[in-house]
Amino acid sequence: MFDDKTETKTMNMIEAIRDAHDVMMERDSNVVVFGEDVGYFGGVFRCTAGLQEKYGKSRAFDTPISENGIVGAAVGMAAYGLRPCVEVQFADYMFPAYDQITQEAARLRFRSKGQFTAPMTIRMPTGGGIFGGMTHSQSPEALFTHVAGLKTVIPCTPYDAKGLLISAIEDDDPVIFLEPKRLYNGPFDGHHDRPVVPWSKHPAGEVPVGYYNIPLGKAATIREGSDVTVLAYGTMRFVAEVAAEETGVDAEILDLRTLLPLDLEAIEQSVRKTGRCVIIHEATRTSGFGAELLSIVQESCFYHLEAPVMRVTGWDTPYPHAQEWEYFPGPKRVGEALKKVMEAA
Amino acid sequence: MNDNKNDYAPLALHVPEPPYRPGDTPDFSDFEIPAAGEVPMPPVDAPLAELSYLSHDIIRVLDDKGKAQGTWVKNIDDELLDKGLRAMMRTRAFDDRMQKAQRQGKTSFYMQCTGEEAIATAQRMALLDTDMHFPTYRQQGLLFAQDWPVDKMMNQIYSNVEDDLEGLQLPVLYSFKEAGYFTVSGNLATQYIQAVGWGMASAIKGDTNIAAAWIGDGATAEGDFHAAMVFAGVYQAPVILNVVDNRWAISTYHDIAGAGTATFAQRASGYGLAALRVDGNDWLAAYAASRWAAERARRGHGATFIEWVTYRAGAHSTSDDPSKYRPKEEHEAWPLGDPIDRLKKHLIVKKLWSEERHTQAEAQYADEMRSEAEKAEANGTLHQYDRPRPSSKSVFENVYKEMPEHLRRQRQEMGV
Ligand SMILES: Cc1ncc(C[n+]2csc(CCOP(=O)(O)OP(=O)(O)O)c2C)c(N)n1
Ligand SMILES: [Mg+2]
Repeated sequence: MFDDKTETKTMNMIEAIRDAHDVMMERDSNVVVFGEDVGYFGGVFRCTAGLQEKYGKSRAFDTPISENGIVGAAVGMAAYGLRPCVEVQFADYMFPAYDQITQEAARLRFRSKGQFTAPMTIRMPTGGGIFGGMTHSQSPEALFTHVAGLKTVIPCTPYDAKGLLISAIEDDDPVIFLEPKRLYNGPFDGHHDRPVVPWSKHPAGEVPVGYYNIPLGKAATIREGSDVTVLAYGTMRFVAEVAAEETGVDAEILDLRTLLPLDLEAIEQSVRKTGRCVIIHEATRTSGFGAELLSIVQESCFYHLEAPVMRVTGWDTPYPHAQEWEYFPGPKRVGEALKKVMEAA
Repeated sequence: MNDNKNDYAPLALHVPEPPYRPGDTPDFSDFEIPAAGEVPMPPVDAPLAELSYLSHDIIRVLDDKGKAQGTWVKNIDDELLDKGLRAMMRTRAFDDRMQKAQRQGKTSFYMQCTGEEAIATAQRMALLDTDMHFPTYRQQGLLFAQDWPVDKMMNQIYSNVEDDLEGLQLPVLYSFKEAGYFTVSGNLATQYIQAVGWGMASAIKGDTNIAAAWIGDGATAEGDFHAAMVFAGVYQAPVILNVVDNRWAISTYHDIAGAGTATFAQRASGYGLAALRVDGNDWLAAYAASRWAAERARRGHGATFIEWVTYRAGAHSTSDDPSKYRPKEEHEAWPLGDPIDRLKKHLIVKKLWSEERHTQAEAQYADEMRSEAEKAEANGTLHQYDRPRPSSKSVFENVYKEMPEHLRRQRQEMGV
């Protein structure tokens, strides 16, 4: 991570994201930030607080409530030479922008043979765990990874969020930056009945001051183990950790961090070593990103596998309100999968 | 025109700002308000070209003394006025109670409509039971205007076992088909065009039903709003297109949607729609304008757009703190007053009401909401896990008409 001499500060994920913006706006005057409630107020989750005051209204500003407007304008600005980093208030509200994201931003480079490009970042809070019901809880990552020309990133700690957001802003292609909103204020392992743990109690809440980056496309091994590889990202990384602890299964947990481009090597190495694999995500199962991971594991590690690969995911239904904890794939379901995959001969 | 680029000064981005931020003293003295009665009512079959004055003036009926002025309101029934006032008062009492319940941790979320009660209550009373409203989260007044059972709303807010929606949907995103209250989406603006589709369906089938579309100032920036305006204009759909301009969209000032250079109604004129601008805090104006628009739609003269000039007196929702982005005093300084106070004054002038009766009614509705809340809470509240809860099975139901096999298996996996 970083050596002892690096100056660090305790940050939650919101502060880390804000800091990444600050660092990049300071370094590169082409970085502009906008979205609904993003300017004066600093975002409904406060991820852009203070930026307008520091960098002025033409570099950090409020937009009309039009997600396709936000993304479409960002495409035009990026093509001109700016580096927009825009916010969609919730991933659930990106759908009006889906045309601009998938048909325009994603293909500008390809269809113009590189004459026009869209170096832009689209941030959006994702995932459940906050009683947001069907319109503040969805996990649409597979709708982005399915599209050629987009990169998709999903950090789950303040340290990663800052380093990855800096890389996303510096990247010359459009990057979808999904922020698991349940993790903004602290790690969450799915035990909703236990006291909330703040980031100040977690080592990844120590964030270097100033510039650093974490390259896109690199997974992190959160826990080494020999029994089974768990492929996780977002909030599920913490669920995986607690499930391994509670079941005593010696799981090797990979936090994928970037879904596209994917760290194939890390996945293959680990699964070949353990011979077992459990894939977990909050998103619905059918055609979810887990299906892609499962195919990759099957194609490249088949002869190393000792048990069928399992998935633990959200159900194939809209995200319910009162039934949040029956829907959210918590430690119990993940633990059962870990045990089951170990039972197989 | 000049070919020499050096003759031009560098451009700068224009970003609209609200006139007042926290710490400023709000002053609306230059806000143009026509006197009550000043804007005349045209016939519903008047050609569009004769309606353009309605898109920049403000239709007002109640004057400062509580008297009804002008041509928009004639011979209004005393009973209707009484009903309107009570509907607004009950809406407010309900909001107060549910806001408190959220603060007490009994649900995840609540949204008040404080200061905007006249608009929805009056419009519901101006339309028929067979018409359909496509509300946002801020039109609960539509329900109080028809004395909809409060327990149904509270059980939904608490996501308890008696909730008709079985806890699946966020608080206040009700669905009451029998009340002409379309299932509320959390995604802004999507339903504006659906309302137009509903109206078009009525025309296709040769019925006389109309639809009412609802949206806030901020959400008019969405593409679906534009689609609705185009379709409504092209097909002369029998709809009322309401924009509730309460000046704020969470922290965003309405000029960020409207640019501040034209009224929302003037924009609507450009789509070939009849467009009115109405004092949204004037119950009589709200009722009369809604009647006019409904009559126009039902007689086949097409869609009417109504811009409601009002102010969001409360926070956006229980997740919001407006003192961070607007002066606390702004609501008090806002010149159109409070809709309940204004109708109350009118009823007092007409000798139909008194201060004492008002105070009494306030206490009565506060009591009503307290005891209704207690009853609803006896059915459980959102975070009570030691009580019967909405069924887990329901998560898998109604995704499709018939449950496909993969969902059946997932339900089994859940163990229900
Ligand atoms: C498509 C979409 N984008 C963003 C949001 C988040 N959001 C919910 S309400 C709101 C503000 C709406 O303001 P306005 O339309 O003025 O209505 P008001 O709340 O003032 O009644 C926003 C941005 C959403 N629900 N849907
Ligand atoms: Mg508004």
